Amino acid sequence: MAELHELTIHEAASGLRAGEFSSEELTRAVLDRIERVEPRVQAYIAVDADRALAMAREADERLRAEGESAPALCGIPLALKDNLCTTDFPTTCASKILRDFRPPYDAHVVERLRAAGAVLLGKTNMDEFAMGSSTENSGLHPTANPWDLERIPGGSSGGSAAAVAACEALGALGSDTGGSIRQPAALCGVVGMKPTYGRVSRYGLVAFGSSLDQIGPITRDVEDCAILLDAISGHDERDSTSAPVDVPDFRSFLNQDVRGMKIGIPKEYFAEGMDAEVARAMDESRTAFESLGAELVDVSLPHTDYAVATYYLVATAEASSNLARYDGAQYGHRAEGTENIIDMFSRTRREGFGDEVKRRIMLGTYVLSAGFYDAYYLKALKVRTLIKRDFERAYEKVDAILTPTSPTPAFRKGEKMDDPLHMYLSDIYTISTNLAGIPGVSVPAAVSTDGLPIGLQLMAPNFEEGRLLRAAHAFEREAQVHATLARL
Amino acid sequence: MSPEIVSEKHVRHIALLSRLECSDPEIRKFAGDLNAILGYVEKLKEIDTDAIEPTTHALRLTNVFREDVVRPSLTNAQALSNAPEAEAGHFKVPPIIQES
Repeated sequence: MAELHELTIHEAASGLRAGEFSSEELTRAVLDRIERVEPRVQAYIAVDADRALAMAREADERLRAEGESAPALCGIPLALKDNLCTTDFPTTCASKILRDFRPPYDAHVVERLRAAGAVLLGKTNMDEFAMGSSTENSGLHPTANPWDLERIPGGSSGGSAAAVAACEALGALGSDTGGSIRQPAALCGVVGMKPTYGRVSRYGLVAFGSSLDQIGPITRDVEDCAILLDAISGHDERDSTSAPVDVPDFRSFLNQDVRGMKIGIPKEYFAEGMDAEVARAMDESRTAFESLGAELVDVSLPHTDYAVATYYLVATAEASSNLARYDGAQYGHRAEGTENIIDMFSRTRREGFGDEVKRRIMLGTYVLSAGFYDAYYLKALKVRTLIKRDFERAYEKVDAILTPTSPTPAFRKGEKMDDPLHMYLSDIYTISTNLAGIPGVSVPAAVSTDGLPIGLQLMAPNFEEGRLLRAAHAFEREAQVHATLARL
Repeated sequence: MSPEIVSEKHVRHIALLSRLECSDPEIRKFAGDLNAILGYVEKLKEIDTDAIEPTTHALRLTNVFREDVVRPSLTNAQALSNAPEAEAGHFKVPPIIQES
């Protein structure tokens, strides 16, 4: 049998119910693992071992009392991205401006995990305020890719993806505004899903781009993804954009075949700029889906080439407004010795924010400012309509769409830090789903000759996460890539 | 070099609107970055969007209302628990209006 920290959520849930080990033993094994590998990976911002063990002991009592009827996550050690509000940990968004911020309430998803009896290990590193694709924009420290410590784990949920890939948590939550769950999942060789906009309440998720942000699971396999999605989905009246739609039993979509499923291959995603190894992994993935009985259909998403430009106007406009609240008045960092309030705001924000956050606030402020709103922001909102329509047309012909998750495997630390635009283009395949609102999942597809994971992305119409799980699970069983662990 | 879409003077104004104190070298750097990004987004002008409605949200959502009744909310102490400075149950900040 695998070591305890190497278990998936569903394996651990079975073991706990069979009495093979307790949640306390499992949690201790994961905490030991954290102690061994964390100095090299640095996936976490905060870990609280005592609190985690106390939660584990409570979960053990509940497992004894409730047995089989205990929730699937009872006693399972999990990690949370540090932009999810928690009352028992500071919530920093990896920003100096929130370094000591302790939220007076829990995010909706955190309440859900607590209610399910999950063990919360700690908070994971990220690009500051989720702005970035490499976790190098963290205002606290960088995180390494467990497959190659000289490389980035992706971002912005790089800490969550690295923690799961390094077996420092059995699963984690991230957030995805333009690919921030799926891209790091691909680069770390794990499964990551961005649910449909509105599927999961954003209450207590620190806002970046409010019309784009969505919370989702990062896990070792597709079954675990379904388990976590089950736990966090559903309407919550505290988020007025949370959708009042029924939540299916996501695990019921597992172990089904994909015979007859029509999977679209958008030609624009295979045009240029793709790494040769990613291209080969995609060829193999297509063959795998065909051998499973799926029908591959050529489709076109004609406005794909405009997605990155559209995204950086919409997301920065929303960010400039959302981040106006960090002014040193009510919480967070405040500059010392200022003479008037404008001076306090401007110096607090100068000291508290990193360069990427400043760059995006300024870009967003510019595109919303008088005289430029129509040319930039309104224009982007109109192109967003066209991008959304592209998907609606494609889904008239196909059930799901297959693309790479990222144009390259994990790049080296520092490689793109001097060139913001180049960094933005690493999200080229993931950004459109956020603009359209549709769900997308990244699944391990291959390991490159350099030993780096490569992910594939599946996308589906709104609220069809079940279809994604069905296709992803069928592929996972066929490809068996997910079973390979990073060697640390 | 990217074409100049925004001048350094304009970037200084944007920094003021954004409430971000910036040094001269920072203004120069951000001006360069913003011009590179704005140069890239120029490509949106290729698309005719005259007859297209804007999308502000991916889901078609209308206003969500609830009954106008008082519900439990943060206590004064909870609301002030992270305050950099507080006095008499209020947030305390430097002067807003100054005598001239």
